[in-house]
Amino acid sequence: MANSSKTTPAEAPVATVPASPSMSVIAPAVAWLIPGAGHLVQKRWIRGLLIMASITIMFVLGLLMQGRVYQPNGGDILDILGFVGDVGAGGLYIVTRVQGWGHGAIAHATADYGTKFLIVAGLLNFICAADAYHIAIGKKP
Amino acid sequence: MTLELSHFTAAVLFSVFASVVFGITQRSTSRDQIRYGLYCFALFVGGVFLAGWVMWILRH
Repeated sequence: MANSSKTTPAEAPVATVPASPSMSVIAPAVAWLIPGAGHLVQKRWIRGLLIMASITIMFVLGLLMQGRVYQPNGGDILDILGFVGDVGAGGLYIVTRVQGWGHGAIAHATADYGTKFLIVAGLLNFICAADAYHIAIGKKP
Repeated sequence: MTLELSHFTAAVLFSVFASVVFGITQRSTSRDQIRYGLYCFALFVGGVFLAGWVMWILRH
């Protein structure tokens, strides 16, 4: 009788306790500003550090490869989308603009890879911010 | 300081970082995250080789 209702730890439901309501706002905002921080503030240390390292290294590699840093613009649709991707990197993009790093135009062939690295780093950070939000509302452990 | 990577190195680095983020964000448990990250990495690198061979065939 007692054995029939016993569950092993592997079968136990995963606890998805939602954090405080304010965390559902703070986590994605912090995650956008500092890649990985949305997970770190919710004590997901390993995930947060891996995300921080991946996105930061990707963004820095993009800069070192002389990738193009898009600025706010209302011109060509690809330029607008490039800016949206870049701005996803949050604080990294802000620091880059303030310091005047990056290039406005592609100088050599492989620099196009750098442009893609910069854009994808920002887009990945958007995904991470959404993931931090899902953790905050208890949708994901 | 300027970094000029080869096409393959750039593609592999891209694959590593994108796979890490995909693994963490698209799965819930640690085991599934590692498996999915490796799966994405294999698809990325496999896609690189496939695209390389397709371009070689088109050229010849």
